[in-house]
Amino acid sequence: MSGLLALSWQRMDTEIVVIAALGAVACALLGNFLVLRRMSLLGDAISHAVLPGLAAAFLLTGSRDSLPMLIGAAIVGVATAVLSEWIHRAGKVDPGAAMGIVFATLFALGLILIRRAADHVDIDPDCVLYGAIELAPLYREQVLGVELPRAAIVLGAVLLIDAAAVLLLYKELKISTFDPALATTQGIPAAAMHYLLTALVAITTVAAFESVGSILVIAMLIVPPAAAYLLTDRLGVMIVLSLVIAALSALGGHAGALVVPGWLGFAGVSTYSASMMAVCAGGLFALAALLGPRHGVLSKLAGRLALARGIAREDALLLLYRLEEAGAAPPASPAAMLRARHGIGPLAAHLALVQLRMRGLVRPGEGRLRLTPSGRTAAAELLRAHRLWETYLDQHLDVPRDHLHRPAERLEHVTDAGLRGRLAADLGHPAQDPQGKPIPVSGRPDAP
Amino acid sequence: MRRWFSHTSAAPPGCVEGTAAGGRRPRAVATVGLATGAEHPREAPLSIHDMTVAYQQRPVLWDVDYDAPEGSLVGIVGPNGAGKSTLLKAVLDLVPKASGRVMFYGQPYRRQRALVGYVPQRESIDWDFPVSALDVVLMGRYGRIGWFRPVTRAHRLAALDALARVGLADLARRQISQLSGGQQQRVFLARALAQEARVYLMDEPLASVDATTERTIIAILRELRDEGRTVLVVHHDLQTVPEYFDHVLLLNTRVVAHGPTARTFTAENLRKTYGGRLTLLEEAAHALAQRGGGAPA
Ligand SMILES: Nc1ncnc2c1ncn2[C@@H]1O[C@H](COP(=O)(O)OP(=O)(O)OP(=O)(O)O)[C@@H](O)[C@H]1O
Ligand SMILES: [Mg+2]
Repeated sequence: MSGLLALSWQRMDTEIVVIAALGAVACALLGNFLVLRRMSLLGDAISHAVLPGLAAAFLLTGSRDSLPMLIGAAIVGVATAVLSEWIHRAGKVDPGAAMGIVFATLFALGLILIRRAADHVDIDPDCVLYGAIELAPLYREQVLGVELPRAAIVLGAVLLIDAAAVLLLYKELKISTFDPALATTQGIPAAAMHYLLTALVAITTVAAFESVGSILVIAMLIVPPAAAYLLTDRLGVMIVLSLVIAALSALGGHAGALVVPGWLGFAGVSTYSASMMAVCAGGLFALAALLGPRHGVLSKLAGRLALARGIAREDALLLLYRLEEAGAAPPASPAAMLRARHGIGPLAAHLALVQLRMRGLVRPGEGRLRLTPSGRTAAAELLRAHRLWETYLDQHLDVPRDHLHRPAERLEHVTDAGLRGRLAADLGHPAQDPQGKPIPVSGRPDAP
Repeated sequence: MRRWFSHTSAAPPGCVEGTAAGGRRPRAVATVGLATGAEHPREAPLSIHDMTVAYQQRPVLWDVDYDAPEGSLVGIVGPNGAGKSTLLKAVLDLVPKASGRVMFYGQPYRRQRALVGYVPQRESIDWDFPVSALDVVLMGRYGRIGWFRPVTRAHRLAALDALARVGLADLARRQISQLSGGQQQRVFLARALAQEARVYLMDEPLASVDATTERTIIAILRELRDEGRTVLVVHHDLQTVPEYFDHVLLLNTRVVAHGPTARTFTAENLRKTYGGRLTLLEEAAHALAQRGGGAPA
């Protein structure tokens, strides 16, 4: 498959990926601050609301030059933010709804204007909404004697502006996103920073609109930052990760658009690259949600499984130790006993025993598993914790004698040497538990 | 007492830089010395004149007049909804004033920002924000650092120093949601300390902290006062008011009373402030009787 991809890959494909990556990275960069402000909708709202700005710029100048379009977008973008804020305050409408009112109205207005404009020239609303990144490399311009796709020039310039703003105003953006009140008391006007961010979002959306389409713009404003948020708890790292995810989505999306139709049996049909890129970003987000170190579903599951395995290992050690203590022979099938006494499944029990062997805590001898000396020491510490806890619960909490075992069994697994020492000291270093069984003496040289 | 002054003179590197940055505001530095024995009367650290604040026409604060004495630890006391948080926010221009004038050392707030530190009520924070405790404390220095400039090592050291002062040096790298409530509260205190302000406004810094943390925080507030700074603290536990504060401001929409705790924190004034809430009153009267109304230690 990759061979096929390499064969069909052309210079134009590279250009498409570069253009998309420039747009995606610019959007993701700003998107971090939107996501953290819980204002992901703002990108969506602005990307629609700027439509009348574009149409007005076109009707006024009669051209589709980038500069007037970007200026029109920036003006309408800031107006969207100011208007939403005003409606939110004056009308006591919640911020999301206020934004919705503004952008729906402006978008409708923009559609009307565009229809009017379209009577004169070809502005295709579909093209504005969905973009035509496959066509972007066709429009070229000379810069410093090099012929480059126009979209790459525009998006590159916009990315430069965004990057410069974020680098120069990093701490100002950070503080006014995290704690606007504090920012204001530090002399950093949080409201002004908000409007600046809005203007940048408006310019970026519009620049990216034309070449990559609004679906990709909205996806890239939200998805890469949201995925990065799941992977780290440092703002700087989150921003860098979001940029990487955005660029990867551009590459993966276009490659996918080339090969996936083939898999599905539509030879020769190309899906929209932009849509595939958005899907690709969604896939990366799903990966982050599954694998993220702190919030990831699988990581949490792995953590729980590791804990359960640790407990199973300790239960197995204790089982062998208690049998030894009672003078019984090692069991023929410790796994069966673990299942009977602790409800540990056959697979988990087997795994626990294998791990104990690998750690040198048990060893097979005469066909049975037996504790090694170090296994015996470890088990004695566990039993010590168990019996100390039974004594403690009996003395301090008046737990009935026949109810001591279960809570002690839970506590023994989370009791480290320090806590054992303090427990023993608290109880006056008892030699026996409430049932009269001996409490093993600690093997640690530094123990009391 | 001498201990606190030695702390001030043995300033960490960050503090030295802080003083240099403060030099950009010659007026402020000239009026605000650390020494307390001035020959001529100086402007109050905080002076509120005739301030009224309303949310949608409904007055929440009415004709507030108050001068905070320099180098004092002031408790702001009043029932829920009395307007205590609003008072702090209005003074800091975070909510608009309907009328009135607020001066810090004789200058409006916008010229004295660097001198005023604020610790907000806890619930307004997004705890899942990707920042560490150290990042949050550093934010207290952003005003000093200035626009466009990056955070330097000296500022980092000053922030670490502030964290160490509240006993959280070990947790500097922790993301803030992974701190306990009391630790979060201390991070915000450290942020205020890192700002090296002359006047501190704190909104319930002792809410939902355990006894040990409360003692730590109070000790730090006293250090600040003994260094000659002025600290205003919104406080809810009437029992501890006489022990903690040398001045009180009793507030319920209007200023009910203000002045030295021994003279002002009386059963009569509390009744006026709290209306008919007798249980609280009795608690306070009991506390008063126990302390005998003496000056704080
Ligand atoms: N943003 C707001 N809009 C409208 N009313 C408000 C707003 N903030 C506070 N209020 C009202 O103003 C009054 C004073 O509120 P404030 O928060 O200052 O009280 P407080 O003394 O700090 O109370 P607490 O002890 O509960 O913190 C309350 O009646 C409150 O309902
Ligand atoms: Mg309050």
